[in-house]
Amino acid sequence: MSDVKTQAIILAQGDPAVPPIAAEERAATSELQDSAHGGSFPPFESETFASQILWLALTFGALYFLMAKVALPRVGSILEVRRDRIASDLAEAQKLQDETQEAIAAYEQALAQARAKAQAIAAENHAKTAAAAEASRKEIEAALDEKLKVAEARITETKQAALGNVRSIAIDAAGAIVAQLTGTTPTADEVAGAVDAALAR
Amino acid sequence: MADPIHQFEIKNLVPLGEIGGVPIAFTNSAAFMVATVATVFLFLVLTTQGRTLIPGRWQSLAELSYEFVALTVRQSAGNDGMRFFPLIFSLFMFVLVANLFGMLPYAFTVTSHIIVTFGLAAIVILTVIVYGFWKNGLKFLKLFVPHGIPGVLLPLVIAIEVISFLSRPISLSVRLFANMLAGHITLKVFAGFVAGLGSMGALGAAGAVLPFALVVALTGFEIFVAFIQAYVFTLLTCLYLNDAIHPGH
Repeated sequence: MSDVKTQAIILAQGDPAVPPIAAEERAATSELQDSAHGGSFPPFESETFASQILWLALTFGALYFLMAKVALPRVGSILEVRRDRIASDLAEAQKLQDETQEAIAAYEQALAQARAKAQAIAAENHAKTAAAAEASRKEIEAALDEKLKVAEARITETKQAALGNVRSIAIDAAGAIVAQLTGTTPTADEVAGAVDAALAR
Repeated sequence: MADPIHQFEIKNLVPLGEIGGVPIAFTNSAAFMVATVATVFLFLVLTTQGRTLIPGRWQSLAELSYEFVALTVRQSAGNDGMRFFPLIFSLFMFVLVANLFGMLPYAFTVTSHIIVTFGLAAIVILTVIVYGFWKNGLKFLKLFVPHGIPGVLLPLVIAIEVISFLSRPISLSVRLFANMLAGHITLKVFAGFVAGLGSMGALGAAGAVLPFALVVALTGFEIFVAFIQAYVFTLLTCLYLNDAIHPGH
């Protein structure tokens, strides 16, 4: 900076029309001017503003147009396609899962039905065989009862017959006993009457 | 020692004449603006060339930037804010890429010029005002009248609200400008120390190790600042637009 100042002073002193005090003032102003456009602080150099604003408007306008019309719809469509694809894949997976659940439910229902049917068949068979067994048992019992009755009847008959034989034997024996004891032979009717009386007792 | 301000100088690459006595030119600043726009556009288009269902690294990066800005917009300006998504995305990418371009050696930092950051802030504030009045009519002015303020305090509060609204474009532009400017000056100053000390023999070279380490750390920090400032600019834009969409909340 001091270099610039002395240069300015030299320049000013080189001009004979300028008095020395004015030269110092000019040095100060030239320093100010220096900072205004000599590259001291470019962001505040207002003469470059118009160009920058113009190019900012042009380039940013172009950027906005390219983004709004080309780039963003492009990226957006990629994301949308992916989102749709994921959603449809998830829906498909859900559908397949539902179908699996349905199949499982159908299988279990069929299984339960088959089991119930099997039980029904088993119960029916059981009832049928039980009924058949019962019937044959009753038949056999009836037959046995019949045989029992016949046997009982024969026993009674035999008993009667035996009892009849006992009477005639008793009459003969009683007649013989009386004849031996008393020496007199009783009549057959007397003996028979006495035996009957004794049997009836 | 190198002049730390030199890097901010505007150089006319192609003079384009004058408009009303003001020189117009294609400058180094304009060149980097064009480079920024081209980079953003090519980045988004080339990385999504495959349009694959399962993104690769580059496509992920493009999708990440899209979803990051979309999330910021939705969170701070609601779903209605998505109508401004292209604008906010453009602002974010422009500021971010311009900041990052500034980190390249010998590059020019577009956002280190107050007129550029002010231009961007003006776009935001004009959008807020125009959309605010277009959507809400005069109800937009309710923005300056908070609820539940006693009548006596109302003029004072309204004055404060108006001043705070008017200072928004200034704070928005100065924050970005000052951050980029200060960061780059600091980098340049410390790098100047390294070069200056390094030329002073063995002892100087040994002394240059400390500023060199600082320059390395600051470079990392400046890249971080480049992201943070782009994000802050975007977030504040969203908040201001939220005021235009839902005034008088």
